Order: sequence, then structure tokens, then C-alpha cells
Amino acid sequence: MSEEGKKHYVKIRATENMKKLMTDYYIQAKTAAGTGKKVCWITSGGPVEFLIAMDVIPVYPENHGAMCGASRTSVELAEVAEEMGFSRDLCSYARLDIGQAVTAGGPIGGLPRPDFLLCCNNICGTVLKWYEHVSRYYDVPMFFFDTPFIHKETREHAFEYVRNQCVELIEFLEDQTRRNFSENKFAEVAVKSVQAVDLWKKVLSTAEHRPSPLTCFDAFIHMAPIVTLRGTQDVVDYYRLLLSEMEERIENGISAVPEERYRLIWDNIPIWYEMRNLGKLFASRGACLVADTYTSAWAVDIRIDEPLTSMADAYTSVYLNISIDLMVDQVLSLIQRFKADGMVMHSNRSCKPYSLGQYDIARMVTEKTGKPVVIIEADMTDSRAYSEAQVRERIEAFLESLERM
Amino acid sequence: MRVAGVDIGSLTTKAIILEDGEIVGKSLVMTGHNSRLAGRRALDLALKDAGIGENTLDNIVATGYGRLSIDFFAEQVTEITCHARGAHSILRDARTVIDLGGQDSKAIALDENGRVLDFVMNDKCAAGTGRFLEVMAQALEIGLENLGEVSLQSVDPAPISSVCTVFAESEVISRIAEGVDKVDIAAGIHQAIASRIYAMASRISLRERFVMTGGVAKNIGVVKALEKRFRTSFFIPDEPQLVGALGAAMIAAERASVKN
Repeated sequence: MSEEGKKHYVKIRATENMKKLMTDYYIQAKTAAGTGKKVCWITSGGPVEFLIAMDVIPVYPENHGAMCGASRTSVELAEVAEEMGFSRDLCSYARLDIGQAVTAGGPIGGLPRPDFLLCCNNICGTVLKWYEHVSRYYDVPMFFFDTPFIHKETREHAFEYVRNQCVELIEFLEDQTRRNFSENKFAEVAVKSVQAVDLWKKVLSTAEHRPSPLTCFDAFIHMAPIVTLRGTQDVVDYYRLLLSEMEERIENGISAVPEERYRLIWDNIPIWYEMRNLGKLFASRGACLVADTYTSAWAVDIRIDEPLTSMADAYTSVYLNISIDLMVDQVLSLIQRFKADGMVMHSNRSCKPYSLGQYDIARMVTEKTGKPVVIIEADMTDSRAYSEAQVRERIEAFLESLERM
Repeated sequence: MRVAGVDIGSLTTKAIILEDGEIVGKSLVMTGHNSRLAGRRALDLALKDAGIGENTLDNIVATGYGRLSIDFFAEQVTEITCHARGAHSILRDARTVIDLGGQDSKAIALDENGRVLDFVMNDKCAAGTGRFLEVMAQALEIGLENLGEVSLQSVDPAPISSVCTVFAESEVISRIAEGVDKVDIAAGIHQAIASRIYAMASRISLRERFVMTGGVAKNIGVVKALEKRFRTSFFIPDEPQLVGALGAAMIAAERASVKN
């Protein structure tokens, strides 16, 4: 067995810039009160461009949830919600968010109080009830952005329905901020969002190179700006920097995993509290997670000529809002593009829409490609639902079976 | 060539010594709280059984949950790979292995060479494992080794609906209080295990023939219930608990011969 204690990763230099970007962002958000700037809590799949264009500071409880998970403070916060009567079967992001509002716990001493909320159900149905609770708790208004589920294709009326909500959202924001919406400002933001998304896609695509310069564990860390702040110049600059570093790695033959032997796809939200250990485990066996179904969710396509219509399309067609058949198509395309040898699926106790259907997807993928799939059971931030020995066992057995293929 | 396979499980630790492919030594000890010590004791006992010294071994493979804690040099292989290899060596036609051990249960699909094609394991839950049966035997005040035989006398198994060990135990206690015959409760427990294992195993493609390994295979009640649920007969090795250690030893031999 190779030594897991050894350093497996060549550090990504841009990480320091990202840390600064995110720290500045959270400081700005936490000190917004009294500056005249409004704070809006938004779900991870929500159309943030409108907020940026209205100079509203977006705050993502889910991004904060990931931070609490990674810093292993999530369980104590979730327990607060459980004491309040929320079920342990409820999403752990929701639970820890409800808990942090009460205790101001976690790595940054809690999120800033929202002035209003933007809840988009393209990622799940739980967010509606969660945000309704937040709305009552802080006594602030909520805008609900409803994206119909896509079974086969988006229907014209569904598009129209979502597009109309964009218009309603603008009115809501004008009302909340007492400012007028500027089409010019919005167009500027949309252009930057497109640029950032384009750069982010290119960053993820560098993993097509063999050996890959980055793993999905890197992508999970470096996705924070594209999720939270797309539409700003800082994010464009940041991904330009990250992309040039990845291209430099390819040129210099630097791989994310020393001696890359297997290329795998990751499915579902990361296991935040265990990500480092899992990264080491895979790396020690020469396995590189080259792509995932998660970080690509923020590679939304916005067309500058028709921003509202294309946004309605982009926000409705995210991975968690489409049928299993369409999910399989996306997985197959990832396997093909990244020349993957198999897939690791995280059956996430918290995230029902992401985890439902995984056994079917696994079977369909294996049938169509002959590539093996392993399913590991965990929770994105509730480490009480995680058994290290069992997960390790499954991953190691899976890698042993790849070895002889 | 002499090699050893050591399988350090959650309840028991097993070792096998192979000399040119033949079993010349074996052992089985309780793992207890110290898996490092258990691995050492099992290996020493098997070596003693074979009448040979450790320094004459060409290779050792360790498997099972405790494999990371051993104090002797050994290659590490997961018990999924080892059970597949062990079962295949006992029955060449084996394509599905159902392994019910002390703390976990698994189903493994293998190819004609004994290689793992796919596998599935229980989630973080003891239902259906050896530990589950221990708790149930205790609740029924029947010796663990007699539980299987006793259950075969039942003509009307009592349904046990809980899938959780703790809840199933209280359900069993309620059934006893209701005056249900222990024999029927025991049969009901075995049926519940069979349903649970079948639901789990169905996630992989199940192909004939079936080999059952792990300590639970010694419980004839579970075996019969499983055969009924899977609608097929299971091949039960003479010493089902040693299959993982046997597979480990065989892999040790293969790897040693590759090196030489």
C-alpha cells in the first residue's frame, strides 16, 4: 500500500486568491448592515445575476453549509434545529442553517441577517419550506422562483412561465431596494456572468487532459466564486488566473494525482467533512476524479442577445431539475468526454433529488458503457450518517476491481 | 510455496496457510477489542497448526476490517476481493457470493475467473448480520448455535417487520409477551433477514450458482429462508467463515509467484 500520509497534491497557487476573494465577500456581507446595501439569501441554483445588477449582496446558506461541513461544525448546528423539532431526515444544509441563525455558530460566526430571500426550486423542493421558515424567523419577504421539472424537453409555456417570473423578480427587487432596475447594468452583469461561466467551463475541461491537472475535489473548492459571485469582474479575473495555472500545469506535465492510473466521475454533492481524506485515498491509489455532475451545474449558458429567455432556459435545465433519462445522457457525455474508467456515486442522505434514482442511473451507465459504478452512503455535512470503515472498504474494493480490467 | 491469508473481521479473526495450493494450517479466534493482537494470534495458531515458522512464508495477504492494524508485513486486499476469490476456488461455477459476517452483509457478482464484477454492501446498519442474530438469540434465550435448527420446526413464522436490530429486538420481546412460540419467532427473524438481504442483493445482477460465506452461513434457518427467498439453492462451504482468509491466501500465492 502506498503511504497515504505523503503529500499527494501539488498545491494550486490560485487558492490563495480565492480565499481572499471569498473572505472579502463574507466581510462585505457581514458588515452590510447600515451601509445601505441589502442582503439577500439565495438558493444555490438561483438567478444571482439580478441581485448583482441591483447591487444586492447575495448570501448562500448552501455555500455556508459547505463551509460548516468542511470545518466540521455542521453537526452541532444541525443539532440545534433538531432540538427545535426539525427531523433528522431533513436536509442537513437546511438544519444547520436553521441552527446557525439561532446560535451564530460555525466558522464565520453565522450568516448576516437577510433583508429578503430569493428561493429557486430548480435544485429541490426542500428549499421552499426551508426558506419559508427563514422568512418567518427573520420576518422578511421571500420571492419564490418556480422552475418546472423537465421530463423530456422544456415546453414553450414553461419557458414563458419562468421568463415572466424574471420580470416579477425585477419588480420585487425594485420594491425591496427602492431602486430602479437598469437594463444596461443588467447587460453588463450578464456579459461578466457569461465570461465567468465560460472560463469556469474551460477550467473544468482542462481535466480532459491525461493526466488531469485537477480533480473534482479541487473543483469543489474552486467553485465557490462561480456559485456566489458570478456577474462580477473579480470572478472573471479569478477564473482567468485559475485557467492559466491549469494550462501551465498541462504544459509542464503536472498532474493533480501522481501517477494517474484511473479516471473516475463523481456524482452528487461532496462529503465536505471527509473530502480531504477521500482525496488522499483516491490519490494514493492513482485514481483521479476527473469530472463530476455537481460543479458543472454552474456552467449555465446565458445568451447576451436574449438574456431573460436564455436564463429561463438555463435555470430550468440544471441537473437536478431533469429526468433520470436526461441525467444518464449527461453522465454518459461526461464519461465519454473525460475518458473515464468508472463512476463513484455518493448516495447523499440529505439530498433526495440528487440521490433518488442513483441505482437506476448506475445500472443504465454500466449497461451502456460497461464501466463499473460504486455507490457510497454518506451525507454532505452530517457526519453522523458516515461510516468511514465501510466507505473506505467499498472504494478500495472498487479500485481493486478496476485494477484487473 | 508457502503463503498465509489472514482475515481480521469484526467478530472473529481467521488465518489459512497454503503450501503449494493445499491448506496445511488454519485458525479462528475471537477478534475482541484488539484487532492487531487478534491478527497476530490467528497467524501464530495457523502456523503452529501447519507446524512451520513465519520466516518460511513467501507472502502474506491481510483482509477484513482490522487489516490496517496488523503488526506483521502483509499486503492489504479488501475482503470483497478475497471472498470472491475464496468462493471461486471452492466452487468454480460460483457467480454470486452472499457473505453474511459479523457486522456487515454483502453480495458479490463474479466472473468465471473469480474476479469481482460488482458488489453491494449493507448500509450503516447491523440488521441481517451475525451481530443481529446474536441479539435475537439472546432475546429468545436460545443458544446462537441452536437458533437455526430450532426455527426449522416452525409451521407458522411470526412476522417481524422491523428492519432495525434495536427495534426488532423490542418487537421480538413483544411477540414473546404475546405468547407467540419462540420457534415461530425464530423463523420470523430468519425470514426478515432473508427479505432484507434479497432486497440488497437484487441491486446487482444475480446469477447461478450462489455461494454463501461468513459465519451466518452456519445458521441453517437463515440458509433455508434465503434459499426460499432467492428461489435457488446455495452452496455452503464446509467452513464458511474461512473463505475470506482462503481467498487472501490464494491472492498471496498469486502475487508471490508473479514476483518470482
